[in-house]
Amino acid sequence: MRVIFKTSYDRDIDLHEHGWERARMALLLGVMALLPFVLGEYYLAEAVNTLIWALAGMGLMIAVGHTGQVSLGHAAFLAVGAYAEAALMNAGLPFLVSFPLAGLIAGVFGGLIALPAARMSGIYLAIATLAVFVIVEELVILLEPITGGVGGQMAPSITILGIGFDRYGALANFYWLCLAVVALTTWGYANLLRSPTGRAFLAVRDSEVSARALGVNVTRTRALAFGLSAGVTGLAGALMGHYIGYFNYELFSIFISINLLLVVTIGGLGSIQGAFLGAILITGVPQLIAILRDNLKAGVGIDLSAVPGLDTLIFSLILIGFIIYEPTGLYGRWLKLRAWIELFPLARRDMFRRQKSYLKTERMR
Amino acid sequence: MSLLEVDDLAIHFGGVKAVDGISFAVEPGEVFAIIGPNGAGKSTIFNLISRIYEPTRGRIRFDGQDITRLRAHDIARLGIARTFQNIELFDHSTVLANLLMGRHSHRATNVVQDILFLPKVRREERAHRRKVEEVIEFLELEAYRGKMIAGLPYGVRKVVEIGRALAIGPRLILLDEPASGLSVEETQDMAFWIEDMRREMGLTVLMVEHDMSLVTQVCDRVLAVANGRPLALGTPAEVQGHPDVQAAYLGTERAS
Repeated sequence: MRVIFKTSYDRDIDLHEHGWERARMALLLGVMALLPFVLGEYYLAEAVNTLIWALAGMGLMIAVGHTGQVSLGHAAFLAVGAYAEAALMNAGLPFLVSFPLAGLIAGVFGGLIALPAARMSGIYLAIATLAVFVIVEELVILLEPITGGVGGQMAPSITILGIGFDRYGALANFYWLCLAVVALTTWGYANLLRSPTGRAFLAVRDSEVSARALGVNVTRTRALAFGLSAGVTGLAGALMGHYIGYFNYELFSIFISINLLLVVTIGGLGSIQGAFLGAILITGVPQLIAILRDNLKAGVGIDLSAVPGLDTLIFSLILIGFIIYEPTGLYGRWLKLRAWIELFPLARRDMFRRQKSYLKTERMR
Repeated sequence: MSLLEVDDLAIHFGGVKAVDGISFAVEPGEVFAIIGPNGAGKSTIFNLISRIYEPTRGRIRFDGQDITRLRAHDIARLGIARTFQNIELFDHSTVLANLLMGRHSHRATNVVQDILFLPKVRREERAHRRKVEEVIEFLELEAYRGKMIAGLPYGVRKVVEIGRALAIGPRLILLDEPASGLSVEETQDMAFWIEDMRREMGLTVLMVEHDMSLVTQVCDRVLAVANGRPLALGTPAEVQGHPDVQAAYLGTERAS
């Protein structure tokens, strides 16, 4: 077990507790950056998909995991991001301008919704955001000149300083672009959590009344968090638009909202790592099931593709299993595993019992 | 001039007059207690002062300024801190993070600076941390700095909540039943801390308390309330001996 001697307050302010942790993070980023040289076209595209889901998951995590605002409508912000990005690029703006703008538009949209919705919580807020989702879906169809209506919209290909980042023409470049966006967002998110703003988010989540007594403007803080959440999800939506290439309103269905909610709950509410682990699970498990099925067919001769809905069944079982047996999510499980390894052989089974208390988000107020 | 002046304060929930015409003034450096039987409206008075409830009538003045119409989140900035009867800590954060939350009213950075974590944010964080460390030392919380609230025993949580209020750097601290649920030894510690808050930090203390031994030990003056109405105001001994107070606690003796 590692014992850390803290000799200055900066050790608590720094993002990483010790140099080894920083090195590990750099190593991870390095490995991620080298993936295009290792993976084939198909798996690299899947990796891009996972990155985009992780980005959207981080967006939702700000609202659900860190301020306790459940949202069933985040697919709407993905849509706003994607359509804003396509419209702005079609209007002739370069990607470096249109992309942040698309995030900003989604963020302001989310913030405006949150101002009246900030009084609601739990299941009521979830229903209100669901209503927002339905409205956005209708708006997309109605605003045909901008969105292409039912027919759909084409995401223009990206060029920065003459280098192509097209998803089909230059997938590796597009992957690096997504990786850079995800890495920067993660950094900003981690900064947020160690600063007064992030602490105010947690305060609002855990006890509104004492947050107020400490001087936190609860309504404004919740609106800010929801706006940031929508903004990051909007960025993910913009990238998703480029990734899919040609999309219409059906891409942003209610199932995307639900899947996003699964990403954050299964990944582990209240942790950035959770958004990544959740995204890997959500995008990875269907692939894994497909591979398994192919192997069964080729190796054992059992053809499961004839059984309809089997994929969905297995997928659902995994999710239900997680919710019942590991409410702290994948990240919570990993923390326990790590503590067990570090303390080996001194870990006791009841060590984590006292820590098992649900976040207020999880209790429906 | 009095630090806190409460004048004819009242709040009615429908037909229930939870607080009805309470007036008192707390002098700077004083330890002032409000006592009364359950449901007397003690905590409601606290919630009115910290602006969680909207009074039906009456005035609250702090340091000469009328705070009756201020919003709840503006109170901390003026230098009024409070604790809650049923501890309201941020359960999924560490003790240190909870105490740092107490510094919120002193924040000098905005959200953009925070996300970029500019050097200014780090400077501010160090300054907040120094202030918080003073509180940690004062309340002897060194051993719990990095512990999650969810795993702490009740007595320690109680102290952490007081620490969070002190981190505001207040002039007036409202303690809602500081000794409830504490053991005899912990109550004794609490008495010393309240004494020290006044002596070392120059704080004014307003508290609601049931434990009369604590009240007589640390308080200068006591206000007894029952059914939202004032009964008696004076030194602990005077109030305890007051016939109306005894009647409110023990019931009236039937005339024989």
